[in-house]
Amino acid sequence: MATNAHTGPMLKVENIHVYYGNIAAVKGISIEVNAGEIVTMIGSNGAGKSTTMRAISGLIAPRRGVIEFEGRKISGMPGHEVTALGISQSPEGRRIFGRMTVDENLDLGAFLRNDKDGIAEDREYVYGLFPRLKERIHQKAGTLSGGEQQMLAVARALMGRPRLLMLDEPSMGLAPMLVELIFNTIRQIREQGMTILLVEQNALAALDIADRAYVLESGVVKQQGSAKDLAASDDVRKAYLGG
Amino acid sequence: MAVVTTPGTGTGARRLRRVAVPALFLIGGLSVPTVVTNVGAFEDRWFPLTTMVLCGIFVMFTLGLNIVVGYAGLLDLGYVAFFLFGAYTAGWLMSSFFFQIDPGIHIFDAAINPDSPGINLSFWIVVPIAAVVAAIAGVIIGAPTLRLKSDYLALVTLGFGEILPQAFRNGESIKGFNLSNGTKGIGPTNPLDMGWLSWTGVGKDAINVFDYKTRYYVIFALCVIFILISLRLRDGKLGRAWLAIREDELAASLMGVPLMRTKLWAYGVGAAAGGIGGAFYCVSLGGVQVDTFNFQFSVIVLCMVILGGMANVYGCILGAVILTWVNYTGMKEIGNSVNNTFGTEISVPKYQFLIFGIVLVLMMLFRRDGMLPAARQKHSREIDAQIEKIGTEGVA
Repeated sequence: MATNAHTGPMLKVENIHVYYGNIAAVKGISIEVNAGEIVTMIGSNGAGKSTTMRAISGLIAPRRGVIEFEGRKISGMPGHEVTALGISQSPEGRRIFGRMTVDENLDLGAFLRNDKDGIAEDREYVYGLFPRLKERIHQKAGTLSGGEQQMLAVARALMGRPRLLMLDEPSMGLAPMLVELIFNTIRQIREQGMTILLVEQNALAALDIADRAYVLESGVVKQQGSAKDLAASDDVRKAYLGG
Repeated sequence: MAVVTTPGTGTGARRLRRVAVPALFLIGGLSVPTVVTNVGAFEDRWFPLTTMVLCGIFVMFTLGLNIVVGYAGLLDLGYVAFFLFGAYTAGWLMSSFFFQIDPGIHIFDAAINPDSPGINLSFWIVVPIAAVVAAIAGVIIGAPTLRLKSDYLALVTLGFGEILPQAFRNGESIKGFNLSNGTKGIGPTNPLDMGWLSWTGVGKDAINVFDYKTRYYVIFALCVIFILISLRLRDGKLGRAWLAIREDELAASLMGVPLMRTKLWAYGVGAAAGGIGGAFYCVSLGGVQVDTFNFQFSVIVLCMVILGGMANVYGCILGAVILTWVNYTGMKEIGNSVNNTFGTEISVPKYQFLIFGIVLVLMMLFRRDGMLPAARQKHSREIDAQIEKIGTEGVA
């Protein structure tokens, strides 16, 4: 892989502006993700977190600004090409393929790959991460519980063997116990050397596992720094952590 | 939580069905001409071979539209456009229509007059050409329209299905060039040629005008080939990509499925079947008439897909055969029987669309996935209900 040839941050988002029609959802956001890090974007509803993520994965093109992945410009590329470069996303709301089985969902996660052995290996790996999915291997994904669907969404993203894994609101709508389980797994995935960009409303949980964090508000970066510092900062505590 | 198992996972019954269903269709299909022409007057009235040939043509169309609507989930209300391109391709390449070309081009053809002007190709050369022409038309129509979603796509395809026949109706003199011969249509076309089969003793150079048996076997063979292609595509990578797009476009894109290219493939392959069916239709009738190409056609083929079972090849075949028969023979004969028995004078075919409408409404109420639902869809309602339930609970 050409990963090593590149120096500097793995992902570089430079001053992007993203619009839905005439409405600016992101007004000049810049973030960086270095190889091996967990970086999180936190902020309330409408802060522009998910939109930024969508712009990175090519679902929507930024009107201004540049996104670079491993030194290559990816802003404006269609989604499937971005995926082919090594960015996988577990989208907001999970968006698993409800009428396909768990196993078929994983197959689609590996859609762009042709290495049979590697795919089989990764399948074992994700079933190891989420043993509950293995129990439901032939079950239609739409009948899984919310937590299981989230596991499947993460597992499916991993099946692309990405170099950058993006997780959009993995804790959404889950009971505290399941949130903990998901976040523990994220930690585990990182220990295998994965670089992760995490979008979360659950700021406490996100800051707990992240190395660095960006606090977004109304489409701009309000604060940034190490996750530990931000978790300790009064502003952040007041705004997002309930005092 | 109730566990929904995959329908019939790897059991012997399933394996049997996988062999039995195609075998049944194959044997049933092959024996039609023999049964129909040997039994006598009753079958001639109720199951004339002319209708059986039309059944074959509509099976081809239905299988083609099934790829677009059933597999890829793109609602196309203008399928008639591809039928039109196939039929006119045969008209152009199998007649003396381009009389400017004199002496004419003759390649393995069965023209009555071997010195006739125009382009006279063998039907078997025209079939792939018609498929390619229709597929290209599909891609050209698809490229700008497939960015649209569901209802909008349906509307634009409907527009194309209306515009193209109008263009051909008025295509008599495009800057002096006669493309379509307007309302007069193109004809007569050369007969179906079976010369390449002469070594078996079966084929003749040109088949007889009344030889519907050969016509039937030809369209049957073409259908079998397209069925094999359909099944193969469904189980391959492209089939999975179509399925993903049908389920959730955004998620499919995130998995790396190239949306445009995948949709264009569906359009192209579906259109190719329309082209092949159109070419055969033209040759079978001996000409093209622009009035054939109307919105009704697109709707009826769509009905066949829905009635039979979306995304299920065998369901589509069943839907096509039943509706074609009802359209061309059933209504008329049922009406005649009723009138003869009760001495009434009801014109049953007049109520065709009323009956169609009622059948469709009943289908949507009681058997939403068609007569033979695709295995994947079989439990969809059950799953939908469960998804809904989980959705409201939110947490598990």
